Formats: sequence, structure tokens, C-alpha cells
Amino acid sequence: MPAFLLSRLWQSLVLLVIVSIIGFTVLNLIPGGPLAQFALDPGMTQEDLDRIARQMGLDRPLPVQYLDWAGKLLTGDWGNSFRDGAPVLQVIGRHLWATFLLMGSSTALSIAIGTWIGIRGATHRYSVFDYTATVGAMIALSIPTFWFGLVGIYIFSLELGWLPAGNMYTIGDGSALNYLHHLILPSVVLSLVNVAIWSRYMRSATLDVINQDFVKTARAKGLTERRVLMKHVVGNALLPMITLAGMQLPGILGGALVTETVFTWPGMGRLFLDSLGYSDYPVIMGLLMFSAILVILGNLLADIVVALVDPRIRLG
Amino acid sequence: MTTAAVPSAKPYRWWHSRAVRRFCRHKLALTGVAMITLLTLACIVGPYVLPYDMLYIDLRARFSPPMTGDHYLGTDPLGRDIAARLLNAGRISLLVGFSAMVLSTLMGALVGVIAGYRGGLVGAALMRFTDAFLAFPSIFLVLALAALLKPTPEMITIIIALTHWMEVARIVEAEVRSLREREFVQAGRMLGLSTSHIMFREVLPNAMGPIIVAASLTVARAILLEAYVSFLGYGIQPPLPSWGNMLNGAQQYLAQAPWLAIVPGVTITIAVTSFNFIGDGLRDALDVRSDHM
Repeated sequence: MPAFLLSRLWQSLVLLVIVSIIGFTVLNLIPGGPLAQFALDPGMTQEDLDRIARQMGLDRPLPVQYLDWAGKLLTGDWGNSFRDGAPVLQVIGRHLWATFLLMGSSTALSIAIGTWIGIRGATHRYSVFDYTATVGAMIALSIPTFWFGLVGIYIFSLELGWLPAGNMYTIGDGSALNYLHHLILPSVVLSLVNVAIWSRYMRSATLDVINQDFVKTARAKGLTERRVLMKHVVGNALLPMITLAGMQLPGILGGALVTETVFTWPGMGRLFLDSLGYSDYPVIMGLLMFSAILVILGNLLADIVVALVDPRIRLG
Repeated sequence: MTTAAVPSAKPYRWWHSRAVRRFCRHKLALTGVAMITLLTLACIVGPYVLPYDMLYIDLRARFSPPMTGDHYLGTDPLGRDIAARLLNAGRISLLVGFSAMVLSTLMGALVGVIAGYRGGLVGAALMRFTDAFLAFPSIFLVLALAALLKPTPEMITIIIALTHWMEVARIVEAEVRSLREREFVQAGRMLGLSTSHIMFREVLPNAMGPIIVAASLTVARAILLEAYVSFLGYGIQPPLPSWGNMLNGAQQYLAQAPWLAIVPGVTITIAVTSFNFIGDGLRDALDVRSDHM
């Protein structure tokens, strides 16, 4: 493994430690701290609370408490949900795949459309198409995702009646087609912003490549314009996109969470909101940490993929 | 708004500078400035001119569609005038957006300057801290903090600023680090200028272009974020209206009264689009190299 990846791995580990410190700070910001769950019980006296605090080790110095908490995170003990007592990781695991399904389908859709718009915008620079795409992307980035979801529900569910207004499947009907039917609207809504982002990235990545010498060489060799574009330009323009996909991950994840809340999609965003409503702090904390870890791992993965695909990095 | 378009450090004849001229040629940016100016004026003057108070409840006029009598934009489920609420809400939402931008830019500049100038272990630690903040989806962090702390407009502003200072910090750190050893900084040191004077008066102005661009886009993001958090009920609390909390409940009445959703949503989109246009114009005018947009 090249030194580059080792140093990236080391950086990610450092990041994880800092992320956990921020998470621990937030945990202690909670009114009543980790004791909040007991403070809600009217039968609790101050002596009871003090005793529980001692039993939970909350009277120890903060650094000791942090190490204890972080150690438990490492061993997979993320606490239990206040709501049903289930382990936090298990609760998150139940909602994980719904979010991944939404993110995955929307990312595939938006990469396909965004890449096309971006390449076309770059090859037809300053054309009507390019200008419309540029302005359109800026407007798309300005539309609140949750509101766009409401508009989508109004048009396609309430007025036209084509698509369901929420949930992941009709109760009693678990067929793949039914899931797909429910997936269309949230997936398209989430894609709006992502298409805008991808097309802008792809446009500038293509522009970076399109005037380089090897492209001119390819043309000079007499290759067709189409072959030059597909093989020489797009291939190289897509490389930085992998890194950008990693960097864009918090945004895509955040967008998915917003979309879920509007469409009552049973993913992590919905879980987060429900947990906020119940003051289910272990789950809130768990999701906060989990999403940050996911983002760090995503970035790491993107770098590894780039290193595997790009021979320049392997040599260097 | 024109003050935001002043990038030149020279106090004299800035309006002749190339950046201002380039900005004025950018049609989208000018459209953005015009729309924001109009919207801001409407929010300041409107509530005095409109026939209804934003808190006046008229249960007989519930769910009036737009253009019913003097209710130009209709009424909400309590019969309150939406136009009056929209413009009052604009005061709050725009103010939160602006204040969050100012606060986050100050925080970012401070962290960036310290990290860039000190370098070494302090600098590395601060920048890793910045990276760590970037790893959290800001929506989660904002929602969690808003739910834990008391959601006054001031607190929402602080929370949004707390999750949006990282970009400016990175820009400033990179700039300061690259300028740290330049001759004019050494000259400043030899003249006996204090470190903070060199940092904030001599080095930081060089990073003004990217900072201003990032700031204009932060306003857009802050308005969107406030809208979302308030829409969910964790942001600005009623009876104080904000564009976001006007949408709270709109989903419930979507079939019955779609204008409840359409009016604030279109307004938010117009405001955010304007700031994004302005940011784009500033980027061109100030010649900020952009990697993505």
C-alpha cells in the first residue's frame, strides 16, 4: 500500500477521534447531561440522581468519562434507546438500508443526468444550453428540498394521483414494484439538488481536460470527435468526480434526511426526527456519530478508489 | 447591498475599480441585488402599509385563497393575513441569514488566521478540528443543537454560524499560510508591528475576495437551513413568524390550501436564488478561482 493511502488512513483515524470529542461535548450539552432520562421521572429525588450519577461514573473527571465513553463506542456499545430499550446500533441498522436505497437511487439518477448536462455544457460552452443549465442549476440549488417535496406531493399525489405521497410501501403489499412506485417521488426530489451539483462539477472538470495536449493529440490522430470525448475527455474528467463525490457526501446524506422527513420515508432522517420528538438522546447521539463516521469512511473510500483507478497516484 | 460589492481595500474611488465594473456587467448578479433590495424594502415597509396585522386572527376568514378582499396572499388556518406574516417573517429570516453569515465569517477568519499564522501543532490541530466539523451533516448538528438549546432567533443564528464557519476557516488558513513568509510580512515584523496588526490589517485583506464570495453563499445556506429547522418546529417559535415556520403545517393542509405552502416557498426560493446569483457575480468580479461552481 502506498504511503499516500497510509497517511490518509492515519488522517481518518485522527478525524474520528476529534469527531468523537465533538460528539461527547454535545452529549454533555444536553440539559442534565446523560442523566436526562432519569431526571424526567417525577419520582426521582436529588439523592437518587446523585446516586445514579455515581453509579454511572458521572462524578469522575471529564477526560476519564470521555475515554470510557469512546471505549464503549469502539466495542459497539452505543447505549440503548429510551423508547424501546433496543441497542442504538441495532435501531440505526433497522433504518440504514432505507436511507441507502434513497441515496443510492438518487445518486445514480443524478450522476447520469448531471454528467450528461455537464459534458454538454462544457462542449457547447456559452451556448443557450450551457447558459440555461448554469442558471437552472443555481435556481435548483436555491429551492428548499423539503418544499420541493411538498410541491411534488401536491402535483403528483394530490392533483394527478400518480404517485404515493409518502411511506416506503403499501401495507400488505411488499412487492418490488410497490417499493419502486414509492421510491420515484422522493428519489426525484432529492435528485434536483444533486443534479445541479454534479452538472456544475462535471462541466468544470470537463473544461479542465478538454484543452489539454493529449486531447489535441487524440484529435490529431484522426479519432472521431465522439471517441475523443468518450474515451479521452470523459474518462479523465470523471476522476476528480470520485473525490468530489466523497466530499459531497455530507450534503447528499443531509439532503436524504430532509427528503425522508417530508415523505415519511423510514430511514435515518425520519428516525432522527422521531428521536428528537421523544428526546431519545442515545439514538440522537448515535445518529450524529454514525453519520460523521459514515462521511469519514466515504471520503477514505473515495480516495482509495481514485488511487486504484489513477495510475499517477500509484506511481507517485 | 452595494457595500457588499466593494472588494477593493482602497477607500478612494472604489467604484472605478475593475471588480465593481465587472460585477455591474454581470446581469444575474444585478438581478439578484435588485430582487434582494426589493424584498428587503418590502419586509421593512410592508407591515406598515398592509391593512392587516400579522397577529390579527379572523376565524371567519380562515383559509381564504389569495386575492380575497384585502388578503392579497390569502389567510392561514387561523384567518391571519399571509401577506402581513410573510413580510414580518422576512425580517426575521433575512436577519437570521445575515447575522449567521457575519458571525460564521468572523469565526472562520479567526480560526483560519490563528491556524495559518501559528502553523505547527496548533495550526494542524485547528484544521483537523475544522475537518471534523465538516464530517457532520450540518442538518443533523443544527437540529440536535436546536432541540437541546432554547430556540430563540439569536440561538438559531448562533447554531447556524457554529456549523458554517469551516469554509472561511479553510480559505483564510490557506491564504495566510502562503503569505506568512512573504517580504511585506517580514517588513511589518521589522517595523515592530504587532502580530494581530500584521494578521488582520496586512495579510487578511488579501483573502477578502474568497471570503466575500463564501459569505454571500453562506447567507443563502443559512436562510435555507433556518427554513428547514423552523419548518420542522425546532427553529423560530410562533407566534413570531419566519418563512420556515409559516410552512410548518402547510403539508397538513396541502390539498385544502396549497397557497400556504406555495407563498412562503416561492419567497424563500427567490431570496436564496438572489444570494446565489450575487455570489456568482462576486466570484467572477473578484476573480476567485473556483473548483466546482
